[in-house]
Amino acid sequence: MITLAHLLTLSGILFSIAVAGVFLNRKNIILLLMCIELMLLAVNFNFVAFSRFLNDIDGQIFVFFVLTVAAAESAIGLAILVVLFRNRRDINVEALNTLKG
Amino acid sequence: MLVEGLFYFFATVLVASAIGLIVVRNPVYSALLLVLCFFTSASIWLLIEAEFLAVVLVLVYVGAVMVLFLFVVMMLDINVEEMRRGFARYAWLGWITAFVVIVQIVGVVAARRLGVDVTQGAAPLPADYSNTAELGRVLYTEYVYAFELAAILLLVAIIGAISLTMRKRPGLKLQNVARQVATTRDERVRVVKMAAERPVRPREERQL
Repeated sequence: MITLAHLLTLSGILFSIAVAGVFLNRKNIILLLMCIELMLLAVNFNFVAFSRFLNDIDGQIFVFFVLTVAAAESAIGLAILVVLFRNRRDINVEALNTLKG
Repeated sequence: MLVEGLFYFFATVLVASAIGLIVVRNPVYSALLLVLCFFTSASIWLLIEAEFLAVVLVLVYVGAVMVLFLFVVMMLDINVEEMRRGFARYAWLGWITAFVVIVQIVGVVAARRLGVDVTQGAAPLPADYSNTAELGRVLYTEYVYAFELAAILLLVAIIGAISLTMRKRPGLKLQNVARQVATTRDERVRVVKMAAERPVRPREERQL
């Protein structure tokens, strides 16, 4: 029998792994985007779990919209990444200092 | 018992692949491990009877978003060694932050004011319950405006992504079909008026 505690623990672990990933791979924008996807997945876990355990379908509707926004976000993010690479031949976050005064 | 065993199996694979995602060297492996994360998450969602979202997760994420990620990772020529410099220097900060986040989440869950007993299983659903039908019923009635907004958001994302990556190369010879079709006779034909000339005789030509 899966309880709510199981799912909340799993999503908490997943979210914190994603946070650690942002720190570990802070130079690589692609890895940062993947870590954001992982965070969104952890949050979606919570929505689905509470929707199931409270018998309320609205949580799953919210996951639906989170998936939509995440897909749009990653499409735009990767497009920006491609343009960045085309202009600089590099996607190192530390090298992005063009806007520095 | 079987469901619980499956849950632990998928959860172990999920956590292992998430850790692998953030520590492997090669971004291609990271993307593939993220695919594994999505697959196992979809399996767990199936276990807690959220079938529609499980299928959508596989279709949308594995089928579209992760293919896009893999495509971009393989298209860009990334210097992995350069990216990895300073990895170990800040690793402790990452793990400490992760630990703090875990403690905070446990604190929230342990407060036991979630409005639901976290140690109980979910109430069983009736045999003829359809997750997809239920979602559709709510999505197209109560949340129809949000649904339309999501559609507009996706349209904006498409247009944004295309206009960002569209490259206008200078000096490229392209046809302008609209101008070709809309052309008139005056643009293409020029009638030149000139005085008629006497033809050159062969003998005179020889003298020259």
